[in-house]
Amino acid sequence: MKENRLIPNDHSQAEGDKAALPTEKSAKHFSTLRNLLNSFENRTWRGVVIGIPYLWMLMFFFLPFVFVFKISLAESIIARPPFTSLIAWVDGTRLSINLIFDNYLLLLEDDFFTIAYLNSLKIAFVATLCCLIIGYIMAYGIARSKASIRNVLLLLVILPFWTSFLLRVYAWMGLLSNHGIINNLLLAIGFIDQPIQMMYTDFAMYVVFVYTFLPFMILPLYSTLEKMDMSLHEASADLGAKPVTTFLTVTVPLSMPGIIAGCMLVFIPAVGEFVIPSLVGGPDSMMIGRMLFDEFFANRDWPLASAVAVVLLIFLVVPFMLYKFYSARQEGRYV
Amino acid sequence: MEPLEEKYIDPQPWLDKNEKPFLEIRSVTKKFGDFTAVDKVNLEIYKGELFCLLGGSGCGKSTLLRILAGFETATEGSFFIDGVDMTQIPPYERPVNMMFQSYAIFPHMSVEKNIAYGLKRDGLSKPEVKTRVEEGLKLVQLSQFAKRKPHQLSGGQQQRVALARALVKHPKVLLLDEPLAALDKKLREKTQFELMDIQYKLGITFIVVTHDQEEAMTLSTRIAVMNQGKIKQIGTPTDIYEYPQSRFTANFIGSINIFEGIVKESLSESHVVQSEETQCDLLIDRDSSIHTGEKIGVAIRPEKIHLSREEPDKQDFNTLRGKVLDFGYIGNLSVYNVKLPSGKMVKVSSPNQNRYSKHRVTWDDIVYLTWEPANTVVIL
Repeated sequence: MKENRLIPNDHSQAEGDKAALPTEKSAKHFSTLRNLLNSFENRTWRGVVIGIPYLWMLMFFFLPFVFVFKISLAESIIARPPFTSLIAWVDGTRLSINLIFDNYLLLLEDDFFTIAYLNSLKIAFVATLCCLIIGYIMAYGIARSKASIRNVLLLLVILPFWTSFLLRVYAWMGLLSNHGIINNLLLAIGFIDQPIQMMYTDFAMYVVFVYTFLPFMILPLYSTLEKMDMSLHEASADLGAKPVTTFLTVTVPLSMPGIIAGCMLVFIPAVGEFVIPSLVGGPDSMMIGRMLFDEFFANRDWPLASAVAVVLLIFLVVPFMLYKFYSARQEGRYV
Repeated sequence: MEPLEEKYIDPQPWLDKNEKPFLEIRSVTKKFGDFTAVDKVNLEIYKGELFCLLGGSGCGKSTLLRILAGFETATEGSFFIDGVDMTQIPPYERPVNMMFQSYAIFPHMSVEKNIAYGLKRDGLSKPEVKTRVEEGLKLVQLSQFAKRKPHQLSGGQQQRVALARALVKHPKVLLLDEPLAALDKKLREKTQFELMDIQYKLGITFIVVTHDQEEAMTLSTRIAVMNQGKIKQIGTPTDIYEYPQSRFTANFIGSINIFEGIVKESLSESHVVQSEETQCDLLIDRDSSIHTGEKIGVAIRPEKIHLSREEPDKQDFNTLRGKVLDFGYIGNLSVYNVKLPSGKMVKVSSPNQNRYSKHRVTWDDIVYLTWEPANTVVIL
């Protein structure tokens, strides 16, 4: 009895087939039109979405850089603006382009600059390494903590950003100075007789560097560690690896993308950092950011300062390109 | 005349009183806060067994396996492998290996390196690692994929890598957590037999956790059915299916019809059970443990019931009359839901020995259900 139900069903299906025939063609036309429209829209939108940030970068990064590069090839004069122009009419008939490489030569010849560059790289490197070690432990701890408190811990990591950076550096000065809180405390408990000179030393600089840049290390590390499959660690232990071996052979290689991203995010701004070395750093540890500032504002030698900036950019772009190349290769490998 | 070939006899060490268990679990309990995941489990598993822990999700089977691997510590109890207490030994020093449900293959290492990982940790020499890796690859037929990265492999191949990686360590016990769950049906059936083959060849004791009863039935020498952290029944697949000891096991493994009743009379060969649900008396085989007046459940598997439109004349069989309410054609068999006058639904399945015929039983037919008393199981 119930099988009879199939018969009306068959009928309706046959009718549906017949009815579908004439409309099918028009539907096809319509769909091609729509597809065309869609693809046009898609292309336009894609163009807009990608175009805006590129336009932004062109206007506010690339063009200023071209100006800076131009100035770096000029000569310092006392005028307004304080540099010679690139293109000049000589005798009213001859157009001359003046490319002056003196500034770059000076950077190469004067030890002062070489030392400043090397010093910047060294300080940035040590600060990055300290951030990596401290940051890895913290990120690992947060990633392995209970899900309920994980967000609170992350919030605490980024909490300092809610206060002005400059204010935080001044706070550190208050902590580290000879009459600061730390020295006073140590004196009060009789641990020391004389205040320890911490301000204006490399030590103070490293402390503030690590303090400032640590969140930039923790966040990318956390995101890779949090995603990591815990069963891989168990598998490693199961196959006979002690915890240290598991860490070195499984955890570290798999968190490499986070390590590289974190190191780049710390290293690049640290090399060109100006505020920290000028406020808490010693007079003898010259960093390139501070030198740049001095050349621009103290010496008013814009061309030399521009040359310093161009060389600094090259120092920073090269490791960044390496990172991009590495991460592109990684993606090709794992995805 | 003597037989030409000696027939393979299934070894059943658990029946031998002199045989010592290879793996012994003694009242192991695991609590997570208030929740008891594993509740005083006792198990004895013999060398060379392919033992299945079977149960629904959250029954504690995986937790028990993780205790054996060392990823969880038992709240109470202890367990021994080959006479050695393993309870306090860290996972990296245990002579057991685990095949993870997710396979847990290291994504940054090639197939070869994955398999060599455990051997290197054992401090084997390079040439020895190499030969063992080659052996392992050959065992799972992956020799030509040695240099591949895991993401370049199919699910089935990844499963083999995971298996080879655990097996090359020559563990005393191999733990397999849902080893076939991620494979599609056809591949799963094929892999089941390969797994049994490998186990038989190597003679390693396997403990398999699964929720799939068919898989457990095909693979194992013995099955432990678990529910709510407790073991409900241990036995061979046949024991578990044909002689379930509890309502849980009876319902969990396959499907079953249970008629509630009271033993009315005990005869020399059988007992007579009166049931409201059947509205007639049921015969069951005589059992010395059953007494008159006792409340029991008479259980019968759907495939053991014969279904026909004609009234049978077998007097010593149980016969019920009912109406077909639902009918499902599965291909190799058809499943019927038959409603008795009391309202009780009875499941019957019968093989489709002939192709579509006009005389087949269909919706709203009045049918007679018959079965032999010997096929029933009594559940208290």
